[in-house]
Formats: sequence, structure tokens, C-alpha cells
Amino acid sequence: MVSVAAKPSNHIRESMSRRIFLVANTLILLFVCVVMLYPVIFVTAASFSEETAILRGDVSFLPVNAHVEAYKKVFNYPLLWQSYGNTVLYTVVGTTINMLLTVCGAWALSQKKMVGRRFFTLMCTFTMFFNGGMIPTFLVIKELDLLNTIWSIVLPGAVSTYNMILMRTFFLAIPSSLVEAAELDGCSDFGVLIRIVLPLSMASLMTIGMFYAVGHWNSYFSAVLYLNKPELYPLQIILRQVVLMNEIVENASSTQVNMAEGIKYATIVVAMLPMLCIYPFVQRYFVKGVMIGSVKE
Amino acid sequence: MQKTRGARLLRRIWSARYLYLMFLPVFLYYVFFRYAPMLGLSIAFKNYNAFLGFERSPWVGLKYFKQFFNSFYLWRLIRNTLLINLYDLIFNFPAAIALALLLNEVQHKTFKKTVQTITYLPYFISSVVIASMMVQFLSPSSGMINNIIDALGGERQYFMTQPESFRTIYTLMNLWKSIGWNSIIFLAAISGINSELYEACTIDGGGYLRRMWHVTLPGIASTIVVLIIMRLGHVMDAGYETILLLQNNANMETSDVIGTYVYRRGLKGGEYSYATAVGMFQSVIGFAMVIFSNWLSRKYGETSLW
Repeated sequence: MVSVAAKPSNHIRESMSRRIFLVANTLILLFVCVVMLYPVIFVTAASFSEETAILRGDVSFLPVNAHVEAYKKVFNYPLLWQSYGNTVLYTVVGTTINMLLTVCGAWALSQKKMVGRRFFTLMCTFTMFFNGGMIPTFLVIKELDLLNTIWSIVLPGAVSTYNMILMRTFFLAIPSSLVEAAELDGCSDFGVLIRIVLPLSMASLMTIGMFYAVGHWNSYFSAVLYLNKPELYPLQIILRQVVLMNEIVENASSTQVNMAEGIKYATIVVAMLPMLCIYPFVQRYFVKGVMIGSVKE
Repeated sequence: MQKTRGARLLRRIWSARYLYLMFLPVFLYYVFFRYAPMLGLSIAFKNYNAFLGFERSPWVGLKYFKQFFNSFYLWRLIRNTLLINLYDLIFNFPAAIALALLLNEVQHKTFKKTVQTITYLPYFISSVVIASMMVQFLSPSSGMINNIIDALGGERQYFMTQPESFRTIYTLMNLWKSIGWNSIIFLAAISGINSELYEACTIDGGGYLRRMWHVTLPGIASTIVVLIIMRLGHVMDAGYETILLLQNNANMETSDVIGTYVYRRGLKGGEYSYATAVGMFQSVIGFAMVIFSNWLSRKYGETSLW
């Protein structure tokens, strides 16, 4: 304080530099935001644009000669709708199985009266550090006769050990007096879990469920490994075929080849749209998830 | 005496019977999908034949490991895997810290929230979508990057087929995808710094940059150290699922990592035993690295360097 009073110019310079700093900071962050959003905006604009405009590089922020022909072509591709349905199915069934197993496992491992829980916890956590790898896992799935079934997609990742341990840590923080009181009132272990514990953990459940669901929606590699029937393919595989492997929608007649780029952009939009729509509403759960994880460490 | 102890144990187990029932599916999951593949690693020492199965395929000892260690691919794969991780550590890790530092200085709540929402977004876009966008943008005939190069008078580049561009492309893609997400943990660490330290620094005449340097960075130093150590445990993994999407025969020299190699030789080429041996080599080194990094973090993480 004394130094500020003695040198008033210092104070002014300080607030001046502060202002410059804040302006620069805001500009940098705005630039970062533009970089983050621009690819999404460009892809959307290009998907509505005329093919020649895309090829010439005339598209920047807005569609050029806007039309929806590319989307018509994409929507006429029967595999697209089927793959959309498959992705929804895999996400719903997969996340349900994930949640059931994760909650049951985490609850059992958090209860002191379960003899051997230390051993079981170790058995689960060990798999975070060592695993059989791609080929042995593939062969096991093959031996179990799960190839080309929905189960090959939803079962191999049915429990994320990390999420289960996270959930267990959360359950351990629930006061045991609460559990004991419920048991005295005649609640079974299932009853305690469903009536007392789960209502208390809704936020954590949402967070973990969201992570599982996004994982299923976005995953493509297990489909590459375990599926080779096109009618079972999830959306991401179709996208990969259309854009990355250049298999253009339908048999290429000249008009469709002329729309190749537009179709690719439209397919990208179709694949990312659902995620973009729900993201703003569920974003806070994700951030919370990182926080739970970081507190644990 | 012995009998009553046994009886007591049985009674305890019986009283927890529903817990065991709940745990049973999880137990079965781990047995079938996590531990059975570990037993399946035995085929790395056998000449696996689909008709003979795991059990009866003939034993060949270390043949496939020797084949891999003598192969021309060994160093290429290790080099590519390590370099991709190194690039990520050198460029993307500090970028996330910088973003957190900048975000922390924002006073306006709504602006801060909006920036956060936007920068976290790419993390939830699937790798197939991101790779697709990347390939489209870099396309030599119509991609926007090449259109810009062309407009500036440069020559159109076939980026995806240039081995020397692959690491840059992959690192930039990862930067876009995860800079926001990775900054969360640093933001959390910054918010945990005692605000008295900032006041003290201000009273001592420290400006904003000085405060960042002398208070904020040392305040999150232990977080940084722990995160770097944690990464050390994963230097043998590279995001092979994403890399596979960008890989082609022309950029193989820099894009081939252990994961993609195992996929190519094992699943596409059908050399199950050889690919399993390669995968096992990766798992074992990865396991050792994790143990080592955990030991490091216990040693330096908790007592913290600062």
C-alpha cells in the first residue's frame, strides 16, 4: 500500500497494463473459440452448398447457392437409416448394461460385510494395468460365438473399471449409519441400494451414464473388429466408408459423382448432429465427472 | 474352535449373499472378457491354428518374439509410438495449461462459461467425424487448406500421403480435440490456490504476468508433475484407433504404431500368434511403465516438488 501511495503513477500503469492484458486475453480466447467452431460451421455450410462452389473453395461461412440435394442423396441411402438405428440400439442397450453392472459391482465392493472384497477389487483394478490385447480378446469373442451380434459390441466393454472404482469411492462416502438404519427397518441389500443409495447418487450416475453413452455413440473400432455384416454396422462405420474410404453413396452415376464432396459433408453433419444437439444440456455433467476423478487422485 | 470360526465365516458370507449375487455378473464379465484374453496370450508362444484352438495348437516357444525383435518394423513402431506421445507432451500439454491460465484471468462469468463450453465441445465429437473433417480440409483438390495455399500462390500438397506431415496432422487434430478438455483439470487446480497468495503478490507490486509466473504456475506445479508422470505410464500407447483412420500405405513410415501394426498383421493378415506376441510386448512394457510411473508419483507426487 505504501509503495502505491508513494508512486501513484505505478498504480495507473498497473491498471493500464491490466486493461491491455484483458483485451489481449479476450481476443486470444475469441480466436480459440473461432478455431474450435469453424470446422463445424464450414462442414455445415459446405453440406448445403453447390458442388462446384465447394471445389472452387468459395464456401467460407455460409452455404453457396443453398440446396438440400446432398442430404436427399444421403437420406436415400438405406444403410444410413439402418446404421442410425443400430447406433441408437447399441447405445441404449450398451449403456443400460454398463450402468447395471457398474452400480452393482461398485455397491458390492463398497460394502464391508462382503468377505473377499479386497481380493475382488484387486482383481478388477489389475485389468486397468494389464490386458490381453486385441488379438486374444478377438479370439475369445470368436470362441464365445459373439462375432456379428450386438453382444460383441456391448459386452466387451460392459464395465469400465475406472468408472466402477469411481462409483465405489462415491458409495464409500455414504454414511454407513444411513445404510444400517435402512437395514434395521427391514431393507434387503437390493432395497438399500435402490431406495437409499441410488437417489442419493443421481448426479454421479448421470455423469457416468453420459460418459458410457457418448462412448457407445462415438465408437467405431469394436465394429471394425467384430462385425462384418453391413446390416449391423453403426453410423460411424458408414461415415468412415463414405468419407475416409471414398465409397460414395449408391452406385456412382454421373450426377452423384458430381456431388461427391457435398455428400461427404452432409454425411459428416448427419453423424455429428445428435451430439451437437444434446451437448449443451449435458455438458455440466461431463465437467463434474473430471472433477470427481481428480479429487480421487 | 476351528468349526465355529468356519461357521462364523459362512454366516458372514450368507448374510452378504445378495451382495455376492449382485457382484456375480461383474465377476463373470471380468473372467470372460478380461482374464480369458490374458490366458489367450499363451498363443504368442504357440503356432495358433483355428481348427486346433487355444489348447492344442503346437508350442513354438519364443519364435514369434524373435521374429519381431529381428524385424525391420520393431524400431519404426517404437519410434513412431514414442514420437507421437512426445509431440503431444511438448505441444498439447502446455497448450492446455496456457488455455487454463488465460481462462482463469477472465472476469466476465458468462464469457468464461461460453468459452469453456465451446472448447470442451470437440472432445465429444467422434474420432471418425474429426478424421473425416481433417481429410476433407486437407484434400489436395478441394480442401480449404490447399485452397488457401493455392490462393497465396503456393503449390497444392497431398498432405495425407506425405510421411513427413503425418505427425503434425495428428498432433494438431489432437490439439483441437482435447485442449479444452485437458484444461479442466488445470483450472480446478488453479481454483484451489489460496487467494491470499495473489493478494500478497499484488501488494508486493506484482503485475498480472508476474502473478501468473510466481503464484499460479508454482501453485499447479504438483498437478503438472503428477499428470506428466501419469502420461509416462502410457508412452507405449498411441491412439491407434484414430491413427488407423488417417493411415494409408503412403504415410505408413511415420503413422504405423504398435496398435495399428497388430491390427494389420493379426486381424487383417491372420497372423494371430505373431500379432499376439507383438501386442504382448507392448502390454508388458506398458505394465512396467505404469508400475514405474506410479512409483515415481508416490515418491514425488505426494511430497510434491514445490
